[in-house]
Amino acid sequence: MAAPKTRWRARPETSGRVTGWPARRHRLALGTLAVLVAAVVLVPLFARLDQQLVDLPSSGLAPSWAHPFGTDEVGRDVLLRSIYGLRVSLLVGLTAAVAGVLIGGLVGLAAGTAGGGVDRLLMRIVDGFNALPHLLFGIFIVALFSPSAIAVIVSVAVTHWTTAARIVRSEVLSLRGRPFVDAAISGGSSRARIVRRHFLPNLAPHLLLAAVLMIPHAIWHETALSFLGLGLPAHLASLGNMINDGQRSLLAGDWWSSLFPGLLILLPTLAISALAQHLRDRSSPRHRSESAL
Amino acid sequence: MLEATDITVTFGRHRVLDRAAVTVSPGEVVGLAGPSGCGKSTLARVLALLLRPSGGRVVLDGQPVHRWRHRAPRRTAVGLIFQQPRLAVDPRFTLLDVITEPLRANRRPLTRAHELAEELGLTPELHSRRPHEVSDGQLQRACVARALALEPRYLICDEMTTMLDASTQAHLVARIEAYRERTGAGVLAVSHDIELLERWSGGNVRELAPTLPIKEAAPATGERSSA
Repeated sequence: MAAPKTRWRARPETSGRVTGWPARRHRLALGTLAVLVAAVVLVPLFARLDQQLVDLPSSGLAPSWAHPFGTDEVGRDVLLRSIYGLRVSLLVGLTAAVAGVLIGGLVGLAAGTAGGGVDRLLMRIVDGFNALPHLLFGIFIVALFSPSAIAVIVSVAVTHWTTAARIVRSEVLSLRGRPFVDAAISGGSSRARIVRRHFLPNLAPHLLLAAVLMIPHAIWHETALSFLGLGLPAHLASLGNMINDGQRSLLAGDWWSSLFPGLLILLPTLAISALAQHLRDRSSPRHRSESAL
Repeated sequence: MLEATDITVTFGRHRVLDRAAVTVSPGEVVGLAGPSGCGKSTLARVLALLLRPSGGRVVLDGQPVHRWRHRAPRRTAVGLIFQQPRLAVDPRFTLLDVITEPLRANRRPLTRAHELAEELGLTPELHSRRPHEVSDGQLQRACVARALALEPRYLICDEMTTMLDASTQAHLVARIEAYRERTGAGVLAVSHDIELLERWSGGNVRELAPTLPIKEAAPATGERSSA
């Protein structure tokens, strides 16, 4: 008797793109970030914000068509100030994250590549920094300067490079023991060449992920320092300053003064986190080609 | 001549190799056999100047070796083919990158890479593929091409044909034999497959015994009289 023919289910046609919720999530994240970045770039071109302006007759107005996010206790438009504040927060977050990852990456690379005494010395310095309560240390650094965006960037970068240093060092130590690095040494590759051709390309996704994850954290720090009155000057629009100002209005029932700046911290944080997860998933060449099937 | 005498290797408190010895002369094939875990690959790494032994000495063409890894003398005189090609290749490299890596590092013409790829049976459409897009056999062919790119005086094949099918095994061994006959290089073939080693080396096989606990340790290498 002839064996029945096996019918294999046809492979579904795909367009070569990631589909389903992961794809929608990262597109949603990209879309959200695009809208926010477009707002902070374009809005100041059309609507100048006078940081010193006080309009007491318009103070405490609830959200309306004229003021979609309402006005604060001195009559300033919360939407316009929020967009200006977001611009400052994104700038501070991005710069601090890049600076922190660069410092940490260089330290981790030096420690992992050199090994021995250099590694021990650098890691004890990292331990020393980690032993300090980083918010207090950040406040100390900001206190050394006059309140400014640069002071906040330095404060966040100096207190947050250790995470990147640890990630990079452990990855370099793992890479150093791989047979493909032995094969490169056997083929006459110098240390510098191995760092350039093997370590850096394999570290790049980790560094990018560390930087992306640090951006929302840096935004939170800028907000926290401004909230404590140690970040940007009080009259300048920053999300932290606005939440700090808004807390006084909460008792009077003006919830919009702090809610909308708070949402503008939350939105980029969630979008960047989703994007970081997508980057992590896509960083492996194997995963990249499998997801394209 | 590549000569290792009284090689002892310890990792922490564990002695993985105890006074092992092996000698490879130019033009000769030496088989190194032994059960799993007896330290064959460790000895191969010492001979490839990648691992500094705790004791013993390695002499390369009459010169004792005192520096290892990057700082080893005549670094490219000894080539090594690894047991697991998946681990021996950077996952971001294409097969052509793998073969050209030693040529680029030593500023040699890259045309040699194409010749080697053709000799090893890697067709042009495989050149741009990454390791996860090819089979173990194809990847090991690229690794053999990489090891031959600089024409080393000594070639160490550490379980090179393990996990490969018989035809790929035969092809790779034939390529290395052709290389040995053309250049007069010495070959150390490491395997636990004694039959393969007997055929490849014409019976010139050394057996590496498992390392005993430190107190009972005896000389670990003895010459096996065969064929």
